[in-house]
Amino acid sequence: MATVDVTFTPLPAHVRTARLVALAMARRVGVAEDTLDEVRLAVGEACSRAVGVHTNRAPETPVRMRLCDDDSRFTVEVTDVGPLEDDPEPGLSSLDAARLAATVGTDGSLDALPPGFGLVVIGGLVEEVLVTSDPAGTHVTMAWPISRTGNGGG
Amino acid sequence: MDLTLSTKVEGDRTVVGVGGEIDVYTAPKLREHLIDLVSGGSYHLIIDMENVDFLDSTGLGVLVGGLKRVRSHEGSLHLVCTQDRILKIFRITGLTKVFPIHESVDDALAAAPE
Repeated sequence: MATVDVTFTPLPAHVRTARLVALAMARRVGVAEDTLDEVRLAVGEACSRAVGVHTNRAPETPVRMRLCDDDSRFTVEVTDVGPLEDDPEPGLSSLDAARLAATVGTDGSLDALPPGFGLVVIGGLVEEVLVTSDPAGTHVTMAWPISRTGNGGG
Repeated sequence: MDLTLSTKVEGDRTVVGVGGEIDVYTAPKLREHLIDLVSGGSYHLIIDMENVDFLDSTGLGVLVGGLKRVRSHEGSLHLVCTQDRILKIFRITGLTKVFPIHESVDDALAAAPE
């Protein structure tokens, strides 16, 4: 198993860096080419969420992203310092499109999508995703299959 | 890739060309641009996303915010997008039912602003 640990100051600019690192490793270890866009988007969503949590709770504490590959899977775990309860609507079930559409017309807030929206996007993108919370914070763990014949692996 | 923005007026419609990545870092720039347009009286917007390389939920939030702003002036916000990787996030979130999405700017201009 190979592991890459990334920690970054919780600033929006660094989310892009985290996406690029995850994308580079996913490509190198052999995640299917047609899945790489999903990896990039899902990692971006997880890191954006973590940056938001840290900005509110612990702006001096870096966000952690751990990338691992074994023989069959590429795993990305993004850890923040906040409890999952920071998302009033946690859960990975499909977003209720009708409810959102209704909100668009009547909600007083102009830019806020429903809280937990990033997790919903991840849930819609990634088949294997786990969101857990412990006293240290919330972990968003996502995994994709690896095809070792694809890009040489390693 | 940074966000690029262009604006072109077509009758009572305003076409906003967006390129690059719309994410948590660049979304504020798009948000400010849309706010400026609505504040300047542009209430019927067409956002051309054909040159967008990346869109996340933060960017979706800005588009939803733009839609709310123009609707508060009885305006409209249509999108132009044919890229499947961008359309996918609209499908996942159900926002294909919220935004009229067209295959070209000409199609969007031909559609009634609603």
